[in-house]
Amino acid sequence: MSLLGASWRWLRDLKAGAVGLLVGFLIVAGALIGPLLAPESPFDFVGAPFDLPSSYALLGTDLMGRDVLSRLLWGGMQILGLSAVATLAGVLIGTLLGIICGYLKGTTDDIIMRLLDVAMAFPQTVLALLFLSILGPKPWLIATLVTAIHIPQVARVMRSVALRVSEEDYIRYAEAIGLSTRRIITREILPNLTAPLMVELGLRFTYSIALIAGLGFLGLMADPSAPDWGMMINENRIGMLSNPWAVAAPVFILAILTIGTNVFTDALTGTRRAKPTLPVEETEVSATAGKIVGSGNNEAEK
Amino acid sequence: MAQHPLLSFAARRVFLGVLTLFAVCVVVFLATQVLPGDAARAVLGRNATPELLAEIRAELRLDDPLLVQFWSWLSGILTGDPGHSLVNGTAVSDIVYPRVLNSAMLLALTSVISFPLSITLGVVAALYSGRFVDTGISTIALALAALPEFVVGIILILLLSTSVFHFFPAVSLVPPGTSVLQNPIILVLPVLTLSLVCFPYLYRMTRASVIEVLGSEYVEMARLKGVGTLRLTFVHVLLNALAPVVQVVALTLAYLAGGVVLVEFVFGYPGVGQGLLEAIMVRDVPVIQLIVLLLAAVYVLLNLLADLIAMLLNPRMTARQWQSN
Amino acid sequence: MTEDYKEMLAPRATRLALEVRNLRVSVAGSDVDIVKSVSLGLVPGEILGLVGESGSGKTTVGLALLAYCRKGLRISGGSVRIDGQEVLSLSARELKKARGRLVSLIPQDPGTALNPILRIGTQLIECYADRRSATEDKLLELLRLVKLPDSPAFLRAYPHQLSGGQQQRVGIAMAFANRPRVIVMDEPTTGLDVTTQSHVLDTIRSLCKEHAVAAIYVSHDLAVVGALCDRIAVMYSGQIVELGSTAQVLSSPAHPYTRALIDAVPDLDRDTAVTGIPGSAPEPSHRPAGCPFSPRCTYAEHRCTGAFPPMTEIRAGQIVHCVRANEIRVDPPSARPVEHESAEERSIALAVSDLEAFHGSVQVLKGLSFTIHRGSCVALVGESGSGKTTTARCLAGLHRDQRGQVLFDGELVPPHASERSLHLRRRIQYIFQNPYASLNPRRTIGQSVAMALQQFEPTSSAEARRRVVAALDEVSLPSTSADRYPHQLSGGQRQRVAIARALIVGPELLICDEVTSALDVSVQAVVVELLTQLRRDRNLAMLFVTHNLAVARNIAQNVAVMQSGRIVEFGKVQDVLHSPTADETQRLLADTPRFAFSVP
Repeated sequence: MSLLGASWRWLRDLKAGAVGLLVGFLIVAGALIGPLLAPESPFDFVGAPFDLPSSYALLGTDLMGRDVLSRLLWGGMQILGLSAVATLAGVLIGTLLGIICGYLKGTTDDIIMRLLDVAMAFPQTVLALLFLSILGPKPWLIATLVTAIHIPQVARVMRSVALRVSEEDYIRYAEAIGLSTRRIITREILPNLTAPLMVELGLRFTYSIALIAGLGFLGLMADPSAPDWGMMINENRIGMLSNPWAVAAPVFILAILTIGTNVFTDALTGTRRAKPTLPVEETEVSATAGKIVGSGNNEAEK
Repeated sequence: MAQHPLLSFAARRVFLGVLTLFAVCVVVFLATQVLPGDAARAVLGRNATPELLAEIRAELRLDDPLLVQFWSWLSGILTGDPGHSLVNGTAVSDIVYPRVLNSAMLLALTSVISFPLSITLGVVAALYSGRFVDTGISTIALALAALPEFVVGIILILLLSTSVFHFFPAVSLVPPGTSVLQNPIILVLPVLTLSLVCFPYLYRMTRASVIEVLGSEYVEMARLKGVGTLRLTFVHVLLNALAPVVQVVALTLAYLAGGVVLVEFVFGYPGVGQGLLEAIMVRDVPVIQLIVLLLAAVYVLLNLLADLIAMLLNPRMTARQWQSN
Repeated sequence: MTEDYKEMLAPRATRLALEVRNLRVSVAGSDVDIVKSVSLGLVPGEILGLVGESGSGKTTVGLALLAYCRKGLRISGGSVRIDGQEVLSLSARELKKARGRLVSLIPQDPGTALNPILRIGTQLIECYADRRSATEDKLLELLRLVKLPDSPAFLRAYPHQLSGGQQQRVGIAMAFANRPRVIVMDEPTTGLDVTTQSHVLDTIRSLCKEHAVAAIYVSHDLAVVGALCDRIAVMYSGQIVELGSTAQVLSSPAHPYTRALIDAVPDLDRDTAVTGIPGSAPEPSHRPAGCPFSPRCTYAEHRCTGAFPPMTEIRAGQIVHCVRANEIRVDPPSARPVEHESAEERSIALAVSDLEAFHGSVQVLKGLSFTIHRGSCVALVGESGSGKTTTARCLAGLHRDQRGQVLFDGELVPPHASERSLHLRRRIQYIFQNPYASLNPRRTIGQSVAMALQQFEPTSSAEARRRVVAALDEVSLPSTSADRYPHQLSGGQRQRVAIARALIVGPELLICDEVTSALDVSVQAVVVELLTQLRRDRNLAMLFVTHNLAVARNIAQNVAVMQSGRIVEFGKVQDVLHSPTADETQRLLADTPRFAFSVP
């Protein structure tokens, strides 16, 4: 049993991260070039509704008789595009806020953190729904809302890391020699945040996809006839017994994508164990003895 | 005992909670009655006739000054009269109340079934950390954590309702005149979905907490004192590790309060989530307002509870310094 | 071997309380030994000091006596007999019974070793096999034994409500509760201030003697061990290199490492300068053949690299593992006397008048006044909480909330670094206590050292590189370290980098805040030697903050003793230490452990 466990662990540690990244990358690439590969237009009717897979529609047809495969290949762009934008914006702004709070502390920290606490106290999905329903399903609104949902979470995580880093003596040293605040933040603090930053990017991206696909599922995306994985899952539900692929295919793609990115992000957190190399071989000049004494494995010095 | 740290912290936290609730009310109010410009027209859309517009304006008191509107709206809700549906005129409370019960049933069942299981699995995985059972369950948790809630629901439908097996109904429709309890089979899939959705979070937090305690100096010291395994596991390890877990339970419930919307929609379950979406579809503003407020209030209160529990369980908060020697 | 050993120890003793033979602890799943082979013995009531620096394996030996090792290690050989009973072959159940009863442990950090959510009484009761026999009377008796308040209210207290000293006494109580045969003490007084430390040591000593408990005191602190223990075993790189009575080991050390270690320890009674041991201990995976100390040993010769030197009984009761032991022992000690310099002839670099500082509303510094002359060092000595670190931070410009007058070379110094001129910031440099936190882990050594240079004298990268290499050379670090990252260096090396970083811009005042406290004794001595040399070569003024009076004596010309935010005594270091006037100084002197046997 332990051999099985050991090999499973090795596989998981080394390869899982790479596999996750690969899978995620493939799907993202597929979604981006998908439209070029689609055999049909996602809007054309190629057969009767909910036909089973055949030679002219490899995954069958959807509720309107459109080619499922083509719609699948077209259906990722909006989701991924909006997710990427929202993730980057959210993480960027959140990180900035987090660092400012973590380093400057004091009243700035208090005010910003109180505001973020209040923001985080709202059930995010419900309020996103609220705004979308009132203002209408516009892509820029979706991106903004998702960004706004990310910011408090990222800020909180980054703030605690920045706080810890700010307590370290090398930051005190930078202050003592008079480095400007801007330089301290960018050159001393920020490089120490790259690890949690990567992790947050991964986590937030996964969450963005889930959220935005969910909004599509609820029918809150702009154009009802446009191909969108989330929307496809919902609109084709009524035909699940006839052609399950109309639902199963986008479900499968979404599942693989989110699992892939999550596995990769998880592998990132595990690989932060840097292997220290051996101490520097020293050639000492002893202050009092006045002779050079070799250390380490310097046999030749004898 | 003049300056009891716990009381002042708790008071501050409660105050913040109340403030947040108030902020929620303001946001909901602004979003639904102020933001759309002419809310009445937004509701009716193309069906706007002068009479209907006037009716809606009267119901929502849109012609009153803003603060008066807000105050009458808020007082209405607090006194139990949240207005009438714009669609069919029934009292909003009559529409929402049964749905609240249904959603509560869902959440209650989910917690009872899934929480103990998730926590136990987390403890087991931590105790056998690094071995197959740990890596196996953790991988499953990782995958589940990634999946959007509705995807989990749909996968379950595909597997258990339609394509593979046909155990459960794909849609949780309640025949009119009966209650959810009289048709228990419609509960199965939604509860299962919610359970799978909240499992990874609880599992991982529990596991991490137990692992941290297992590696602590005081557990090592207890071992070296000769404390027996049973006492070691329960009194030293679990008691310390589960304190943060209680907090996480409250937070998970809060998270579910938001997730219930999507899951109810997947199964057509007659709860508040479904109700909210239906109301959004027809722009039934009073119903939207009440449900959003309810969900937000539950969320805020559960977060508050989580913070208070964390404070209570921290002995540093509850006892003063001994007179030093 | 152990049979003669037994004879050596106690010719008429019936049996040893503790008998360790060829104990071996390795990294799980490999051949690498943390503890290569350790053998020793103890009679009841005897206290043995197990001395070594970090990486010697001493803590691992201590834990192994309870048949325990930390994660990733494995006890792979040898025998541990307590009262004749083999501990390493006990079943899990028997082991649980033996721990805490036959052999117990006093942990290093009492704060983290006590369960934060259980009351003191509960944790004491746990020590007893039969919980019912732990009556309240018995527990109160136990509290009295370790000089804790013997009230039921104390039993109901939680660990965080107790002071560090009280927590450690609870640890001692837990260890003595069942009157075990052997107690292992893992540096239990690190982190306590000197007075508490000396009281705790007194308690331990009297308990061991009264109840005939054999004890092993694991420590890196030779002075504490010298004051407490009957015998001393010196460990280096996983093996014992010398073992004998305290008098023998401290006054006539036979092993070169022991000699070098004693020379590195600052002691209040000896007016000698410390000498560091160059180099560092080998990694367990890269031990040289033969004697592990040979690469750093001044007496090393070809024989030393063959096999590990066998045991030699150099005099009755003292054994050593060195092939040249007999020749070495006639060598006179190489300790050099401290050069007594007078500071007053030189000009004043820093003049502090009525310095006050606040943390929020609490006043931590209540009006300090002192001067530092060029080329001389003032030691700022005091317990934790006395305000010495706050003083250092104020002078460095890291503490805003301060008042008073600080003049550097006659020029007024603003409180915070951001208000100071470039010129001033350059001339006053600061070195931190923790070598593991003072360098940015994401920058190379070269980049860290050059930081101040770029700030004050921006130059081309080639020139900067040249200056960095020169600075590293001054602290005896090779130029290759400039491209390394901090995690690749040891604590001592990192501290030297911090010194290089301070020196590169040519400061005139160096503020050293407990820069040696986190280092091993031998490394500490290297840093002290380095700082002394630099001070003389560059005519630096230095403020050296420390809690260790002995180090202060070694490095400073003048000393200021602080208590509760005030300077209670100031003067030449010999004067203050020989004839102290303030109560605080007298207390510190009395409580600082010293070698009981000084070299004449």
